[in-house]
Amino acid sequence: MVAQLVRLKLTLLANTFRRSVWQTVGLVLGSLYGLGVLVLVVAAAVAGGTADPVVTGHVVTVVGALVVLAWWVVPVFAFGVDATLDPRRFVTFAIPRRTLLAGLALAGLVSIPAAVTTLGALGVSLAWWRHPVALVAGVLGGLLATALCVVGSRATTTALAPLLDSRRSREVLTIVAVLPLVLIGPAVGWLANGVEVTVGGSPDGLDAALAPLVQVVGWTPLGAPWGLASAAGEGAWGLFLARLAISVAALALAWWVWDRSLARELVTPRGGGEAAAAKGLGWFGRLPATPTGAVAARAATYWLRDPRYAASIAMVPLLPLVLLAVGLTNGAGGGLLLVMAPLAAWLLGFGISNDVGYDNTAFALHVATGTPGRVDRWGRVLPVLVGGLPLSLAFALVGCAVAGRWDALPALLGLTLGVLGASLGISSAVSARLVYPVPRPGESPFKSPQGATMATMLAQMAAMAITLAVSVPTLALAVPAILLPMATLGWVALGVGVVTGAVVLLLGVRWGARTYDRRLPELLQQVMAFG
Amino acid sequence: MSDQTGPPPPAATVPPPDLGAALSLRGLWKRFGQKIAVAGVDLDVPTGSFFGLVGPNGAGKTTSLSMATGLLRPDFGTVHVHGTDLWARPEEAKATLGVLPDGVRLFDRLTGAQLLTYAGLLRGLDRDTVAGRTEDLLRAMDLVGDRDTYVVDYSAGMTKKIGLASAMIHAPGVLVLDEPFEAVDPVSAANIRDILHGYVRDGGTVVVSSHVMDLVQRMCSHVAIIAGGHVLAAGTVAQVRGEQSLEDRFVDLVGGRRESEGLAWLRSSSASS
Repeated sequence: MVAQLVRLKLTLLANTFRRSVWQTVGLVLGSLYGLGVLVLVVAAAVAGGTADPVVTGHVVTVVGALVVLAWWVVPVFAFGVDATLDPRRFVTFAIPRRTLLAGLALAGLVSIPAAVTTLGALGVSLAWWRHPVALVAGVLGGLLATALCVVGSRATTTALAPLLDSRRSREVLTIVAVLPLVLIGPAVGWLANGVEVTVGGSPDGLDAALAPLVQVVGWTPLGAPWGLASAAGEGAWGLFLARLAISVAALALAWWVWDRSLARELVTPRGGGEAAAAKGLGWFGRLPATPTGAVAARAATYWLRDPRYAASIAMVPLLPLVLLAVGLTNGAGGGLLLVMAPLAAWLLGFGISNDVGYDNTAFALHVATGTPGRVDRWGRVLPVLVGGLPLSLAFALVGCAVAGRWDALPALLGLTLGVLGASLGISSAVSARLVYPVPRPGESPFKSPQGATMATMLAQMAAMAITLAVSVPTLALAVPAILLPMATLGWVALGVGVVTGAVVLLLGVRWGARTYDRRLPELLQQVMAFG
Repeated sequence: MSDQTGPPPPAATVPPPDLGAALSLRGLWKRFGQKIAVAGVDLDVPTGSFFGLVGPNGAGKTTSLSMATGLLRPDFGTVHVHGTDLWARPEEAKATLGVLPDGVRLFDRLTGAQLLTYAGLLRGLDRDTVAGRTEDLLRAMDLVGDRDTYVVDYSAGMTKKIGLASAMIHAPGVLVLDEPFEAVDPVSAANIRDILHGYVRDGGTVVVSSHVMDLVQRMCSHVAIIAGGHVLAAGTVAQVRGEQSLEDRFVDLVGGRRESEGLAWLRSSSASS
């Protein structure tokens, strides 16, 4: 059964090659990138291990710990975990849970990130090629670390998934999410210090910065497996055994958490919870009774009701907190808060860059009613524009006030308005052309649909690149105006920003509407294919 | 089926569309990859008829109806709705169509009342008309008590009914309903049949697809049997079924009945392995 699950995962992976050219291209690019990183890492480890095994051991422990942490945390907040083998699909097959778990864990190794992690973890142990005992310990540590990555990421995502079913715990989770983000600040500051110390180029300097960290990290489940090789190399067998025990215990704990969460998930039907009710027509009663007004009312309702949109709204108020934390710890101070307004404007505009994908097949209503592109596109843009304009303006004012840089206000306003218009316009155009799978309505935002990652990243990168390209004139004026600073240039930036923002918005919506009108049935077939 | 890339049979064999019909399909043709789902469907749905479209699973019913309502672009062929070419002038033709597609989601983060309002406003109705018709439809579908419940919390049958209601809110000339009675309880189904009969009596046209032959035989005035992407028979129910029941006629035409001896192991007495 375990072998069958692994074979199923391999077949599914092979089938993504056949599904579309773009996914194949994406997979090949991803593999090449992973291979490149792998070669670099292993080469660096071998070179470092030959020159100074102690320092290399410390570096491996810290970097390895970061990799494990990324495996555990990133799927929760960003991309979601690969849901190709959704355990719910096996519910009716009466597979013993122990077997299912083992199969899913091994099948979890069949993906590009997992393959790169495995090979990297094993390759790094080559740093101890001169000490056969340490080499064996390194291989053991690499295997443990990879298992911790895969099992740990399943444990965190499966355990946290039910939290998203209710609105209140979602809010709590968002607040919990702030903590690691805020911690990034001190971490960056500390890293900057370390780099300053090593400017002299002496490995002792680097190690002076790393050693205290390794003291801590090496005793956590994140770093313990990575420290096995160096402990064995130094002959510190007590340390070796302690780290081995920590790694094995952590793996067992993660396995247990995953097992219990999965057991609960398998017997809890999806979308449980009490039926919610609303009063009256909401936005439909307040916005104009026209087709465009109706689309806007629907979009506004979804921004607030649908967790997939609400999650991106929740990011916006967090921006000032995160930027403030980073700014205070690395010495940039409140000046960093100037970035907040354009960043929020971009985030808001980017939110509608896959709107048809978010509609999923409910989009059939727009097709059946023959809703014209002009109506559809403006209806989706207007709520973001009306809500986002005052919000990003307020952010610009607050940013200038905190940074004490009222002189930068014109340039900042220009940049913010330019970015808001550009990202909304480009999103309107791109979303009529590039549709990619997202978690379906009502599904956990933690899940990323099968084979979607590459298509998603390509589409998002295209949208970002075009937005950046059309913002270049404003950026070229506003950035020197703020940094130099130059007051007159700031006013020019304001004018250019407003004009380019408005022009890109109008042209983007018009182009998007025309594409939409031409491809209406094809758009629907694209989302139908997501299933 | 062979690797056929050429166009469907020459146009000469296809009669011109019936511009007086509520719905007139000519030479509809659609392939997905290697599979030809619909291979030259000609069909006329007379105005004022209650038209049943029956066929086995995978016969091309949903594909045909999707192409007839503007949801799927045909590879070849034309669709006329009351004489208007759907694929040449989609906005005009779609205005007279009410569609209940099968297997698509609804905007289910809206409440029932909001969803009906949304459909009505998208159709360009004014606020008062939408409000009045929303009330009437909620009452007719027995959904008044669930008006403020989010559609995502509706049962399968309730979801079908709210979808049906949002297809009717603009009083279309032609209603095209794909599997409208699936998962709907008998009482609601009877109510919906009454609504549809009344609608036909007042001059509207209804097209339903179904694989419940008995229902179609009792409910519809006209019927078409479709299988393998072709129309095998079409006409009034009396013409199509002749002396037989519609179900027997259907099995005769479509074939595929087999004795169930192949599944001998399925008997519970031998359920050991």
